Formats: sequence, C-alpha cells, structure tokens
Amino acid sequence: MTWADLSLIAPELALAAAACAALLQDAWATGPALESRSRGPAAAWIALGGVCAALLLLGVRPAGAAQVGFAGMYVRDGITRVVDLAALAAAGLGVMLSPPYLERFRLPAGEYHALLLLSTAGAMLMGASRNLVLLFLGLEMLSFPLYVLAALARRSRRSQEAGLKYLLLGAFATAFFVYGVALVYGASGTADLSRLGRAPDVPLLHAGVAFLVIGLGFEAALVPFHAWAPDVYEGAPMPATAFMSVIAKVGAFAGLLRLFPQALPQLAPAWGQMLAAIAVATMILGNLAALAQSNVKRLLAYSGVAHAGYILIGIASGGPAGSSAVLYYLLVYVAMNLGAFGVLLLLERRGEEADRVEDLAGLLGRAPWAAVVLAACMVSLAGLPPTAGFIAKLYLFRAALQDHRVALALVGALTSVVSVYYYLRVASVALSAGAADAVAVRHSRFAGVGLALAAAGVLWLGIVPGAITALVQQAVQALR
Amino acid sequence: MEAVLFGITAVLALAGGVGVVAARQPVHSALALLLVLLSLAVDYLLLAAQFIAALQVIVYAGAIVVLFVFIIMLLHTRSGEGPRAGAGLPRAGAGVLCGLFGLALLALAAGVRETAPPPAPGFGTIQDVGRALFGRYLLPFEAASALLLIGMVGAVALGKRLRPAGDPSPGRPQAPPAGGPARAR
Repeated sequence: MTWADLSLIAPELALAAAACAALLQDAWATGPALESRSRGPAAAWIALGGVCAALLLLGVRPAGAAQVGFAGMYVRDGITRVVDLAALAAAGLGVMLSPPYLERFRLPAGEYHALLLLSTAGAMLMGASRNLVLLFLGLEMLSFPLYVLAALARRSRRSQEAGLKYLLLGAFATAFFVYGVALVYGASGTADLSRLGRAPDVPLLHAGVAFLVIGLGFEAALVPFHAWAPDVYEGAPMPATAFMSVIAKVGAFAGLLRLFPQALPQLAPAWGQMLAAIAVATMILGNLAALAQSNVKRLLAYSGVAHAGYILIGIASGGPAGSSAVLYYLLVYVAMNLGAFGVLLLLERRGEEADRVEDLAGLLGRAPWAAVVLAACMVSLAGLPPTAGFIAKLYLFRAALQDHRVALALVGALTSVVSVYYYLRVASVALSAGAADAVAVRHSRFAGVGLALAAAGVLWLGIVPGAITALVQQAVQALR
Repeated sequence: MEAVLFGITAVLALAGGVGVVAARQPVHSALALLLVLLSLAVDYLLLAAQFIAALQVIVYAGAIVVLFVFIIMLLHTRSGEGPRAGAGLPRAGAGVLCGLFGLALLALAAGVRETAPPPAPGFGTIQDVGRALFGRYLLPFEAASALLLIGMVGAVALGKRLRPAGDPSPGRPQAPPAGGPARAR
C-alpha cells in the first residue's frame, strides 16, 4: 500500500472518520445514561461535514484516466465518480432531512448517522470494485447498516419486524451471491473483474453469474426478489426508509454495471436476454401493485420496484448508451425520491408517521412550498416533462432502441403511463383544498434546505441536463 | 489416498449437515455442526491450506460451537432438553432449494476442470496467508474491519436496554396515545 493507494479511497476514508466522530460525540454527550440524550443536531452536523469533505476530495481529483490501486482491487474512473456523487448526494440529503424526525421519535442520532455514512461508503466501494471479493464486501457494507437502520425504532414492533425480515432475507440473498462468486472463480480461475472477459464460456460461469444476479437483484428489489421491499419500507422508521430506498439502488446498480457491461461483454447475448426478462417483469409488477396502495410508504416501495425495472433497461441494453443512461437515472432517482420522502418526513399524525395518502390533503394551504416540492417530485417520478424524470427515462428508452430492444422500450413507456395515475393521485391530494384532521406539519430549517436542494436537482437535471449528461457520457467512454 | 480421505470427510460432512437439520434436540444439532466443521477442516488440509485448517478448528469448532452450546444451555435451562417447536421448512421451499442444489451440481458436473495445478511451494502457510491478507487483499481486509464495526454498533444499538416508558413510537404503535400531538420528553 502506498500514499497513492490511500489517496484513491480518500472519500471513503472521510466518511468512515466522520462516522466514528459521530459515534464518539454521541457517547460523550450521553455519558452513562441508558439512552442517548444528545438532542441537538450535533451528529447531523458531523455527518454533513463528512459528506462535504468527501465531496471536496472527490472534486479536487482531476477527472482523467482510470486509476487502479490496491493491487488491482480498486479502480477510480468515470463510473466511480458518478456513483460516488449519487451516493454522497443520497447521504447528504438523508442527513439533512432526518433531524426533526429523529428528535421527535427519539431515535439514537449517533448510531443513525454513523450507520448511514458507513452504508454510503459501502455503496461507493461497490461502484469502485474491480474484484468480486471487494464487490461482495461492499455489498455487505451497504446492506448491514440498512438492516440495523430498519430496526432502529426499538419501541415499534413493526420496525423490529421489518429489520428482522430484511436481515433474514438479505442473508439468504447474500449466500447466493457468495456461492456465485465461488462458481465464477471455479469457472474462470480469477475473481478479477478485468480478467473475467477472457474466461472460457462454460456452463459453470453462467450458473455463477445467475447467482450473482440474485444477490444484487435482491438489493435492488428486482422482481422476483422484491418481496421484502413493501413490508420493510412500511415498517422501518421513515428516514431509514428514505435513505435505503435510494442507496440500495445506487450500490446494486453500480455493482451490476461493473459486472455486466464492463466485465462480461462477451456474454452479452446471454445476460441481455435474462436481464431484459427481469426488467419487463419488474416494471409490470411494480407499477400494477403500486396502483392499489393507500399507504404512501408502500406506494413508494412499489414505485421503487418499478424504477429498478426501468434502470435495468439500461444494463440489459449494455454498451455506453445504456450505461450512461443508468448513471444519469441514479442521480435523478436520488433527488426525486428523497424529495418525496422529505415532505412526508415533515408530517405527523397524532404522534405517528403520517403515511396515508389522505394525510396529505390540504398540504398546499399549510405548507405551500412542501406541497410544491412534493408535486414536482411526483411529476418527476411519473416521468413527465419538464422534470428530470422525463429526460432520464428518455435516455433509457433511447438506449434500448439503439440496442434493438423495442419490447423493452415499449413496456417501459406503457408502464410509465400507468404510473402517472398513482403519482398524480398523490400530488392532487396534496394540492387539493380541505385539511386532514390531526395531521401536523413540522417546520425545520435544516430539512427545508434539504428539500430545496432536492427540488433544485429535479428541476435542474430536467431543464438543463447538459453538464451532467456530459459527465456521464465521459464516464462510460472506456466502454465499447 | 487423497481421494479416499476426501470421500470419508465428504460423507461425514454431509451426514453432519443432515444431522444439524434433522436432530430433534438443539444440543444434538450443535454437535452435528461440530462434525461438519471438523470434516471441513480435514478438507482444507487436503487442499494444502494448513493455516486455514488450523483456524477452522480453533475458531469454528473451538469457539463458535462452544458459544452455540452455551446459548442453548442458557435458553433451555433444563440442560438443553426439550424438542424444538415448529422447526422445518415448508415443502415448497425445500423443493426449490433441492432443485437449485441439483442445478448447481449439474453445472459443476458439466464445467468442472479435471486437473488443478499443484500448489506453489509455501502455499497455505501462515506467511503466505499473511502476505496475501496485508498485500493483495488489504482493501477487502480493511472493508471487513469496517463491517465488524457496523456489526458491533448495530448490536449495541439494537440490544441495549431501553428506559421502560410509554413513549411515542413511529409506525403503528399498539395503543396510540390519547389525543394531542406527540409529547417530547
């Protein structure tokens, strides 16, 4: 290991240091008491400082050729850059949107922020891994904190149930992933992703790759590995739900990008068919199931399943066009999904989460800006112009058409039309007159800035996408 | 010779695995697990991974199974007696798992490479493992340490005692507090 190696992982190191600092600050402020008493947003400031430091370290590094470190384990290239950006945006928004909720429901702030930062570092490692061993450890580092975060509301039985369910099913999926790594190693004699391209085309390799898809597909909530998502999203405390809904997708799709278009281009006909079939099933099931939901958390869970299907279109299409569309969609998804959850985090019904659709009624009258942000995010999730969701879907469908996958683009467009109904139902309830009884709106400057940033991202990426488009296209130049 | 040894340990490991699942008493399951772990240690020796074999005996057979037995004794205060309740997979789940296992076996039979190259001299020694761990695999090693930190933080956050109080809880609490917004204490 050299200094050059260490400077490669500087953003991850900044996050880990901030996580330890948040834990120590919490322990210091709590003293010998049983439960954390540090009510101020000190842990949130530390976490935000860590995220900003990581962003700075990411920014000062010149965007040039790919740099490989740690004996070929870790690669910092254009894809790493965009994945890091998406993961850090998710962490930053997640930190900014949660303090009012953490305080009200007395969740332990130190542990919450430390786990959030370490999970982010895991997603970043997945995006930078050039070896299946590191990909596996990144996946574990991403998902373990999410299991704990789901169960963090100790006094809520539903949260405990969600955490346990996520842990058990996640461990099951992880076992498949490890088995896949073993099979791929057995077939090719290497765990190095850059050398898998020269592996002999034997059935063992196909079996291993299929098992890897199970592990990553679970994290991304692809059909048929999505069954955990609605229950866990509904039971987990809402800031945890908001964060896991985006970071798990960032990490899982970064892993899929590293695995398929980059490492195994020679098997593209085989995995292209498989992923296309999964994408079609995911889009159809996610959107149809979301139609019937009356709980916003469950609705957003199924919407997350549907979006995983859309993003998979880009992976299945492969090539630079598909990969850049995936990276762009991840950035957009972070902004619009966290914006939607951020508005819900401000609401409260009689000491509970206000997670029913009708709780949103009359939001325009009481918190006009929050209602507008929610409407913008819903329009973007539905994929309508002038928001970012429209451009992102456009890139994905264009990539599918370039790869002559007309069916994929067609199913994507049709299911998007279906999704307009349930997204705009939420938006129209929020913009309607009348008021839900007993629903209080909390105001918080910290969360307000986070919401403004998310909304700005949704509109900026939708109206002037040029800069980010150039960034993601530059990121995938190395792909052929 | 090696093939015979492998055959014996493989049969023992499989028998132990069946024993873990099929034993009626938890203690017997734990002891069957010990058999699995020891047979795997012999397998590692056959693969020339001597250090890993020693670790397998010390860490898994020595520490982890003992931990299991302790927990069983603490939970079942009557010396680990008592049948377990409702163990066993649903039939459909078992069928799917067997199918997957068969599929993997088929793939193995189709794609296995007959001859593995002989290990390099010094392979599997402590020096060799240490060099790999702190050289080529340094970053995964450090990531694993972060993973252990996460596990500890999670165990403390989820396992420590709470102040008993009827506090407002997120999600749907069993009995919503009567009237009024949340009380902050």
